[in-house]
Amino acid sequence: MMSLVFKRLLVALPSLVGVVIVTFLLTRALPGDPAAYFAGPAATTEAIEQVRVKLGLDKPLLTQFMLYCRDLVRGDLGASLTTGQSVVSDIKARLPASAELTLVGLIVSIVIALPLGILAATKPNSWIDHVCRIVTTAGVSLPVFFTGLILVYVFYYLLGWAPSPLGRLDVFLTPPRNITGFYLIDSALTGNGEAFVGSVKQLFLPAMTMAIFSLAPIARMTRASMLAVLSSDFVRTARASGLSTFTVVVTYAFRNAMLPVITTLGMVFSFLLGANVLVEKVFAWPGIGSYAVEALIASDFAPVQGFVLTMAVMYVALNLAIDLLYGFIDPRVRLEA
Amino acid sequence: MKRRDFLKSTTALAASTMVTAPAIWSAAKAQSRAETILVVSESGPNNVDIHGVGTNVPGYEVAWNCYDRLISHEMKTLPNGTQYYERDKFKPELAEDMNPGDMSVTFKLRKDATFQDGTPVKAQDVKWSLDRAVSVGGFPTFQMGAGSMEKPEQFVVVDDHTIRVDYLRKDRLTIPDLAVIVPCVMNSGLVKKNATEKDPWGLEYTKQNVSGSGAYRVVSWTPGTEVTLERNDNWKLGPLPKTKRIVWRMVPSAGNRRALLERGDADISYELPNKDFVELKEQGKLNVVSTPFSNGITYLGMNVTKAPFDNPKVRQAVAYAVPYQKIVDAVLYGLASPMFGAPAGKATDVAWPQPTKYNTDIAKAKALMAEAGYPNGFETTLSFDLGFGTVNEPLAVLIQESLGQIGIKTTINKVPGANFRTELNKKVMPLYINVFSGWLDYPEYFFIWCYHGKNSVFNTMSYQSKEMDAMIDAAGAAASAGDTANYEKNVKGFVDLAFTDMPRIPIFQPYSNVAMQKNVSGYQYWFHRRLDYRALVKA
Repeated sequence: MMSLVFKRLLVALPSLVGVVIVTFLLTRALPGDPAAYFAGPAATTEAIEQVRVKLGLDKPLLTQFMLYCRDLVRGDLGASLTTGQSVVSDIKARLPASAELTLVGLIVSIVIALPLGILAATKPNSWIDHVCRIVTTAGVSLPVFFTGLILVYVFYYLLGWAPSPLGRLDVFLTPPRNITGFYLIDSALTGNGEAFVGSVKQLFLPAMTMAIFSLAPIARMTRASMLAVLSSDFVRTARASGLSTFTVVVTYAFRNAMLPVITTLGMVFSFLLGANVLVEKVFAWPGIGSYAVEALIASDFAPVQGFVLTMAVMYVALNLAIDLLYGFIDPRVRLEA
Repeated sequence: MKRRDFLKSTTALAASTMVTAPAIWSAAKAQSRAETILVVSESGPNNVDIHGVGTNVPGYEVAWNCYDRLISHEMKTLPNGTQYYERDKFKPELAEDMNPGDMSVTFKLRKDATFQDGTPVKAQDVKWSLDRAVSVGGFPTFQMGAGSMEKPEQFVVVDDHTIRVDYLRKDRLTIPDLAVIVPCVMNSGLVKKNATEKDPWGLEYTKQNVSGSGAYRVVSWTPGTEVTLERNDNWKLGPLPKTKRIVWRMVPSAGNRRALLERGDADISYELPNKDFVELKEQGKLNVVSTPFSNGITYLGMNVTKAPFDNPKVRQAVAYAVPYQKIVDAVLYGLASPMFGAPAGKATDVAWPQPTKYNTDIAKAKALMAEAGYPNGFETTLSFDLGFGTVNEPLAVLIQESLGQIGIKTTINKVPGANFRTELNKKVMPLYINVFSGWLDYPEYFFIWCYHGKNSVFNTMSYQSKEMDAMIDAAGAAASAGDTANYEKNVKGFVDLAFTDMPRIPIFQPYSNVAMQKNVSGYQYWFHRRLDYRALVKA
């Protein structure tokens, strides 16, 4: 087990180094000039040069890279010019926001998609199968920002059921004490009921938006892999032995169908985490996606590099976790490894 | 963990999350809601110190409200009821008395003013802060220079409560420049304590910590998300502000900012698209205030160093081809002052901005093109800043279409916000849409930056004219010497020259649009176009 973890981490190392080099070069290759941008609208050429020197951008590229690597080793990702904070503290503050939203969205999605996929597979071409088909097609074909804006328009603007789309918590509530950065967990741990209810309310619409978007791959994958398993010999045997449909479908068939579903979940999660920029923009969510995009627009190098690096590390960790999860679900994987 | 247990526990987890039913009612707290003004805007500050490296415009708003300056401007009421700053009337802020001499101005400080930590404000703090503004480099130093304040030696401490600013030369912009955001007074003791050898002016500290004497203090700041400010109850430099708390939230989606306003959740918003403002105005549920940018013009610039725009005839032809009225109607929904179509016989005003005598006249434009030697037109690129795409994009398309009629084929080049300034600085774009507005509202101030041969960043056309330079310089000198007749003659002269030579074509004066709830009053228009919280009242 430990050797597996170690081996996987070792394999990930070259890709991380690659990510560091490529993001560094890519951000430098951007056409914008951060010095001109941050010198302000009223800057003279000398003022821009002064800013450039202050930012260390007058040094040769190799020196800049060495300095960047030296800081990286110390755990310093540099400072963001757009927010004025260190990138590490920005990411620390924003990653939980994105992760919380993505996780809740994913859980909502799983809760809807798994039963839907299983039911659709057990009764192919029935009405539930058609519902599954329609829901998933609609889910993928609607752009996220569009679903988000529609939900805001209907549930906030017209009906007034949802709270204002103003980020993680109502303006007049104090956020819970920071323990994990996840408002739901923190407020539950500190017994702050008001903040808990408040963050659930704020989470509802954005999480639904993400769920609608991610329904499709999960439901389709569940259905396909369930169909394959349900037609296999051991299911026929189980049925023939007179086991109840529930036991056959859930205990025997579903567990065997889970591997591809878990893989899809991992992919969907990592995809959502990086790609929920639009949801974050619509709901003023202080997440990591919008952070990176804003930095990119301002040619602010450090946050972009920090973001890509964080994402790369998270992908590696996620893939590792999924590999380990395989072992739990299917002992065959563990034994083969 | 056993496989079966693991599976069971995950199902249990999934089941338990199912019961988190949607909570529906929003429970705003009436009490704190009434004392708080919720401002929503697209972006927030990156630094609360205006002297900082790369402090953005939202950062100016915090600096304006959290720091005091020696002097400020009086307010006047415009015919439409908007409060507007009086360019020429100053009122004391930290100073209780201002005494301008021949080559210096002396300020007596109020004795009861204290910083937010309780330390009294002294002349030494003022000197240190002004020294800092002229020394840190970048934007603050540049802005101080605009008022001929360039060296720390100019700021002299007479005694604990008296400070004198010596003039390098007579410049009528020196005193107005002391009332802009930059020369704010900082708690020098506090900042010095937090300065390091590498950072003698304590920029790292003031980036996140307000060390002023202002009417508001920042109580929390989550970059990119929210700024919360609370009233400084010990502020004595004016009537105590009515609003106890300002919560400023960043809402990137313009549609949501509008929804928040219409639902009554947000109190004030700016930076909405013109279309939204017009619709909100028509609905009449909100107070919508539109004020022209003081000393600001959106223009079509041309690079006069290269053919074909080095030919004034071509530039005039373009000026006759711009579809002015269409732009004002279709792009700006009428929320702009026209900078074109002055009656033919009208005398030039001693004012800026003022409309040109150009109108859309394709026949005349074609004739001018033929005269210039381009009867069949030419090809060029029209660039604009994508950062202001809602206005710039349709504007560019209309201009493109119209220029096509006189044979000028344009390719539209959308430049992302971060690159636009870089591109402007290079001064190579042949044709581009841009906006300039000056904090100090004087014609010669605008012209020094935009038309003078010393070729500042804003002379985006690289325009050079000895005659123009002479008149701009003469107007500046005449203004400082109080020679009105000479001043007026030169202002009229340079405006006329700018309109005949036409290195840049003024199109319209943009509006600053603010929408607020009916129970919010006290909005003031300032040259910096940000909110002054001190005057805001929520009934």
